Amino acid sequence: MSFIDAVLLALQQVRAQKLKSGFSLIGVFIGVTFLIAAWSIVNGVNLYMTDKFAGTLVGVNTFHLRRRPNFTPNISDSTWRSWARRPRISFSDAQAVAEGITVPVMTAWESVDRSTVEARGKKMLDVQLIAATERYFDIKNLRITAGRAFTTQEVRSGAPVIVLGYDVAQKLFADRDPMDQRVHIGGLPYRVIGVMERQGKLLGFSLDRLVIAPALSPLQDLVNPPGVVDALIVKATTVEDMREAMSEAEGIMRGRRHLRPRQDDNFVLETSEGVLNFWAGIQRILVIIGPGLVGVSLVVGGIVIMNIMLMAVAERTREIGLRKSLGARRQDILRQFLAEATAIATVGAALGVAFGVGLSVLLNAATALPARVSPASILLGVIIGAGVGIVAGVYPASRAARLDPIAALRQE
Amino acid sequence: MSVAQEFRTGDTPLPDVIILTYKLTREYDMGSEMVRALRGVSLQIRRNEYVAVMGPSGSGKSTLMNLIGCLDTPSGGEYWLNGHKVSALDDDALARIRNKEIGFVFQTFNLLPRATALHNVELPLIYAGVAARARRAQAEHALTRVGLADRMHHKPNELSGGQRQRVAIARALVNEPSILLADEPTGNLDSATSAEIMQVFADLHRQGQTVVMVTHEADIAAHAARVVTLRDGLVAADQQKAA
Repeated sequence: MSFIDAVLLALQQVRAQKLKSGFSLIGVFIGVTFLIAAWSIVNGVNLYMTDKFAGTLVGVNTFHLRRRPNFTPNISDSTWRSWARRPRISFSDAQAVAEGITVPVMTAWESVDRSTVEARGKKMLDVQLIAATERYFDIKNLRITAGRAFTTQEVRSGAPVIVLGYDVAQKLFADRDPMDQRVHIGGLPYRVIGVMERQGKLLGFSLDRLVIAPALSPLQDLVNPPGVVDALIVKATTVEDMREAMSEAEGIMRGRRHLRPRQDDNFVLETSEGVLNFWAGIQRILVIIGPGLVGVSLVVGGIVIMNIMLMAVAERTREIGLRKSLGARRQDILRQFLAEATAIATVGAALGVAFGVGLSVLLNAATALPARVSPASILLGVIIGAGVGIVAGVYPASRAARLDPIAALRQE
Repeated sequence: MSVAQEFRTGDTPLPDVIILTYKLTREYDMGSEMVRALRGVSLQIRRNEYVAVMGPSGSGKSTLMNLIGCLDTPSGGEYWLNGHKVSALDDDALARIRNKEIGFVFQTFNLLPRATALHNVELPLIYAGVAARARRAQAEHALTRVGLADRMHHKPNELSGGQRQRVAIARALVNEPSILLADEPTGNLDSATSAEIMQVFADLHRQGQTVVMVTHEADIAAHAARVVTLRDGLVAADQQKAA
């Protein structure tokens, strides 16, 4: 029997026994669907993390001088407590580092908290409040669409002026020009001098729900104890400059903190690598769990197919006997049942691919999870699906091939 | 005048002898005892003979039928089919012999229920490796020979018992085998239909086909030109009907 005849016969059988075939392909279908969807999510998040997330939260060629890391996967309580005992970054620390770095860099102070912003009786809860210096807008690539950013003069004098994020401006000043209007934060008034360009969302969180005021304005006292900042942000133009600036910053800080050579730093210099390491940690877990789940469902699918094929061999014993009496060799019968198991598994895998791709597209469109289908996963899905069919079909097919034609023909 | 006694181990059969068995035995190991189904059957059947094998149940006629049909291998003795010594062949070689040399007709028809008459008849050709177009032409020809040209695309459940058995005969003929081997071909048919099927066999025999038929019904066996009667695993009688 030729290969094509075997495949045609297998497809006929699958079509004739729709329900049974349907059940047996479910396992492979679920496995492959999961494979494609999980792979798409990891792939999508990965691209997102490297392209956008790290760049947005920390920035390219940028490092943050902080008391402790901002992005920290699974740290122990004792580590956390030891970080909490560290001295904070003071105004004078930030100033000394900013002035002490010799390579060309931009620097800005940053202090962040969340609270309510009010204007003309309207309230917006849980807004990110940022007290920063004037270069902050350049470093973070924040564009002003109306009005202006604050000046060095306003930072130095601690003027109560404020720049609104897009969402805040929309919510509080829906029907009027916010410029020169007043907003109240913590009971104190600020004059609106600018509105920022819309930035969109990151992992489902709005990037436009923020306000930025000068570092020495009254807002500073609301977000941090007097005289300290959360971070000094340093942005260089190249990676080499950034590394140089980091080592200079470390030296300056160790000097200021009077650390002896053996003592560890009691501050951190955090780069986008830190954020990516955090993601790599999550990815490592997904890479272990994902194939495990896919494997389990494929094994279950394989066992189901094997059982259904064994049933088919038992039910069709007489047919096998007849085929043998008409001249079918062992390998013909083997091929027939293998082709059938493989056809079932491949149809399951193909449906799984279609469903998995659909699910990924849907996830991407409807949820915050960025999913991106990887072509390699489609190929792998089909190959694995067909492979499961072959493996699961071998035992039933060899049982069928070994049947004694006389006994098989006698069977009712 | 029995020809079989002239045959000795090491000889080859005469060219016109299609089937030759020499001291053929078959024993089954039933655990506690050995059942000796055939105890030394020597038989020669020439080209274009029409032979009925008769005998009560337990006489060994089914065992002989399975050996002649190459579905089973003997415990001892020799079996020559169309010049090939098949008693010593392996499984795959036997499958090829079944495909090329033997056309089976079963009591229960054994048609594939979901396939059309045409597809059922094509089956042996699939295993012979015949290309699809030639397969179809040969199958159509075989169905026409048994008078079913207008029923080719019907499935078995759309055919009468006699028509089903004729599809099975067409399937047996499609490879142009050396022998047509029928096992109780009328066992599931009423007497009118039985006569119809016997007429088909008689026509095929007249066209030159060698036919071997196993039956326990004397009136069916009477259609054959020669009747071999088995009893207790041995040939009890071998009668040639006067022409």
